[in-house]
Amino acid sequence: MSESDAIDLTLWQLLFAYVFIVILWIIVRVKGIPREKLIIISTLRMTVQLILVGYLLMIVFEHPHPIVTIVIVLFMLGFAIYNVFKRANVIINISVKKTVAVAMVLGISISMIYFLFVVLQLDPWYNPQLFIPIGGMIIGNAMTGITLGVNQLLIGMREQKAKVEGALMLGATPKEASHSIINEAFDSAMLPTINSMVGMGIVFLPGMMTGQIIAGASPVSAVKYQIAIMLGVAGTVSITVIIFLHLAYKTFFNHRAQLQETKQND
Amino acid sequence: MLQVENLKVNAILEMDQVKIEANKVTCIIGKSGSGKSTFLRLLNQLTSPDEGNIYFKEQDITELDPIQLRRMITMVPQTPIIFPGTVRDNLLVGQTLSGMDPTTDSQLMQVLNRMFLNKSLDMPADDLSGGEKQRLALARAMLLSAEVFLLDEPSSALDNTTATEVIDAFTAFVKESNKTMVMITHDLQLAERIADATIDMNQYSLSLDRKEYSNE
Repeated sequence: MSESDAIDLTLWQLLFAYVFIVILWIIVRVKGIPREKLIIISTLRMTVQLILVGYLLMIVFEHPHPIVTIVIVLFMLGFAIYNVFKRANVIINISVKKTVAVAMVLGISISMIYFLFVVLQLDPWYNPQLFIPIGGMIIGNAMTGITLGVNQLLIGMREQKAKVEGALMLGATPKEASHSIINEAFDSAMLPTINSMVGMGIVFLPGMMTGQIIAGASPVSAVKYQIAIMLGVAGTVSITVIIFLHLAYKTFFNHRAQLQETKQND
Repeated sequence: MLQVENLKVNAILEMDQVKIEANKVTCIIGKSGSGKSTFLRLLNQLTSPDEGNIYFKEQDITELDPIQLRRMITMVPQTPIIFPGTVRDNLLVGQTLSGMDPTTDSQLMQVLNRMFLNKSLDMPADDLSGGEKQRLALARAMLLSAEVFLLDEPSSALDNTTATEVIDAFTAFVKESNKTMVMITHDLQLAERIADATIDMNQYSLSLDRKEYSNE
């Protein structure tokens, strides 16, 4: 794609887009919905964060360096892990947190190395223009998937505690006893990715593809990237979630194959 | 068969020495909150004591693999655990989980009949009533190759007549197959009638002491 093909917005054009937010702000104000402040703050944050990242990426792209690329991806990964802890609707104990971190680091590293080196074959391998945005997409989707997996696993272990113990009483291993909960957690983690693959191209055009087309790339070339990315995302989410679930269910049991904290008073 | 020594679970129970004989029916009685269920859970290794030892056939159970142990000492909880699927699925799940070969439909029907549960094997287990689920859980236990059956008030959801029939049938099964049964019950008459030995948890309870103390 050439620079001239890309449609660059003028400052005025961009400012016109803020009319949407002004309308939204007026509506919530008139309706008395107490979200005016949130709308302003989130719009400001989005604007400032994207401007900063735009300039940062411009500098990084102009002076590509392997360490800088890796540090940025590691920062994104760290932030994603932190976000999983924050976004989960349930209290996550320290051992589950550790398994989230291990699964994210392992799953994302394996997938990114395969995707960037075998599928995309970047030259140089640290080319930040591809490495960083693709890394971002993979990390972001893994984060969403694992958040859903964490929620479902913890809720399942809490709500189906009696069933897990019932299976243990019948001589099940901890893995067998938590089998259905693990499967449910995997399904719930994978469902958004599977759904988005099914609807892709018909219900919506994915963001990266849209971006490339707007920037002047041929739709066919954009589609090829999008297919590769979707496969990479599906692979990463499943690897990360499988590693997580495989490690995390064990944290609910002790070395005597007992559910932790199950002492009761009768 | 089972023996406990200086067993202590903080704030719940303390037992110096208790023996459960093989091929006998032992009833566990005691007030609510006296630690009866905790005692059964200790024997099934669903929980560990804070102090003391439990021996199964003279061997400290902490030296045994807990999963293998639970296949030899199985437990039926007070609220029956029903897994998704049919009555047949629920009968077979115990055998699958304890690594046994599944039995035939006619054998499954036999154990259902013994527990006075005349239901189709293809019926969804969730459609059973509370009492029927309890009998299904007992029938499931009968299909296991366990040596010891720990039953936590297995007739709590049954009417008196059915309870007597079901418990008598289960006791007969235990006796004829030379197994050991340990059962929690509130029914002292029942305990007197079927038990070869009785353990009164009131005398081992720490929680009752504490409750009485705090009432003063």
